[in-house]
Amino acid sequence: MATVVTVTSGKGGVGKTTSSAALAAGLAKAGHRTVVIDFDVGLRNLDLIMGVERRVVFDFVNVISGEATLNQALIQDKRMENLSILAASQTKDKDALSEEGVGQVLDQLADMGFEYIVCDSPAGIERGATMALHFADHAVIVTNPEVSSVRDSDRILGILQSKSKRAKEGGKVQEHLLITRYDPIRVDQGEMLSKEDVCDILAVKLIGVIPESKAVLKASNTGVPVILDEDSDAGQAYSDAVARFLGDDRPLRFVTAKKQGLLSRILGGGD
Amino acid sequence: MAFFGLFSSKQKTSAAAAKERLQILISHERQNREGPDFLPDLQREILDVVKKYVAIRDDQVAIRLDRVGDSSVLELNVTLPER
Ligand SMILES: Nc1ncnc2c1ncn2[C@@H]1O[C@H](COP(=O)(O)OP(=O)(O)O)[C@@H](O)[C@H]1O
Ligand SMILES: [Mg+2]
Repeated sequence: MATVVTVTSGKGGVGKTTSSAALAAGLAKAGHRTVVIDFDVGLRNLDLIMGVERRVVFDFVNVISGEATLNQALIQDKRMENLSILAASQTKDKDALSEEGVGQVLDQLADMGFEYIVCDSPAGIERGATMALHFADHAVIVTNPEVSSVRDSDRILGILQSKSKRAKEGGKVQEHLLITRYDPIRVDQGEMLSKEDVCDILAVKLIGVIPESKAVLKASNTGVPVILDEDSDAGQAYSDAVARFLGDDRPLRFVTAKKQGLLSRILGGGD
Repeated sequence: MAFFGLFSSKQKTSAAAAKERLQILISHERQNREGPDFLPDLQREILDVVKKYVAIRDDQVAIRLDRVGDSSVLELNVTLPER
C-alpha cells in the first residue's frame, strides 16, 4: 500500500516544489522507498530542484499517453537509491492529465513497491492541481504568513474536503500545515502573521515551520534538496517536519527571534 | 526602549490587521462553500421575484444560511428603497 502525499497551496511561489523535494528526500533518507512526481505540466521545475534536469528523457505525460513505460521515465536519484523522480512534461498541456491516466500511474507505482508517492502540485486550482489533490491520502498545505497565501490555502482545504477521492468516498484526506518563509524577527515586530495566527485561521495541524533562509536558494542553485544541507536552518526544520510526519514528536526550532544583546547591537554583530 | 514600547503597544500592528481581515473573509467564504449548491440559484430567483415589485439593486438582497444547533436557518434580507 503506497501513501499519496500531495504538496499543495493554491498560491504560486510559496515553496511547494522546495518542500516536495525536501519531503521526498527526507522520507527516502528515513528508509522509505519514495517517488516524487511533478504535476506542473508545462512548467517543469522539480527536476532542477532535485538536480536531475539533464537526465530527463521521458516524462509523466509520456507515460500516461503510452509513449514510454514508467520504468523508462523514472529517474533514480544518484544520492539515494530508494528515491525516484518523475518529471513533468514541458511541452504538453495540462489536459493531458486524465483522472484515469493519473490513477493508473499511481497504482503502478504502488505495485512497484513505492511506499510514498509525493505529488508536487502546481499553483492554481486547474487540472494539474486538482488531479494532484484528487488522489491524496495526505495533503501538506504550504502556506506563507501572508494574507493571500492563507486565503488560498483555505480554498484548497475546501476543495480537499469536497472534491478529493477520499472525501467523495466519505473519508477524509489527512491535512498538515507547513508554514514556510517564516521570519521570527518580523513576527516579533508585528509585521508578519505568527504561526499561531495562521493555525488559528486555518485550523489545520501544524507539521512544521520553515524559516526564510539563504540555504534554500543555495540548494536550488546546486540542485540539492535543502533537507540534505544538514547544517542549515531550513534543512533542519524540514528534517523535523518529516520526522513529525512519520509520527515523531519534535519541538519547533527557528521560530523565535534571537535576542541580541545591547553590545552586539551597538557593535553591529550578527546580522 | 520601554518608553517606545508603551506607545507602539497602543497601535494595532499590521499583522493583527491581517489576522482580523482574514478571519472575517475566511469565515464568510467557508459559509458560502459549506452551503447547499442551490443557494446561488435561489438567491438569483428570489432577486428576480422581488424586482418584479420593487426597483432594487442586486446588492440589496442578501441571503445567508446559518446553522443553529442541528438545524439550518435561511435568512433573507431585502433592503427596500426609501420613499
Ligand atoms: N524557506 C525559504 N527561504 C527562502 N526562500 C525560499 C524558501 N522557500 C522557498 N523559497 C524560494 O521561493 C521561491 C519559490 O519556491 P518554490 O518552491 O518554487 O515555490 P512553488 O513551487 O510553490 O511555486 C524560490 O525562489 C525558492 O528558492
Ligand atoms: Mg512549484
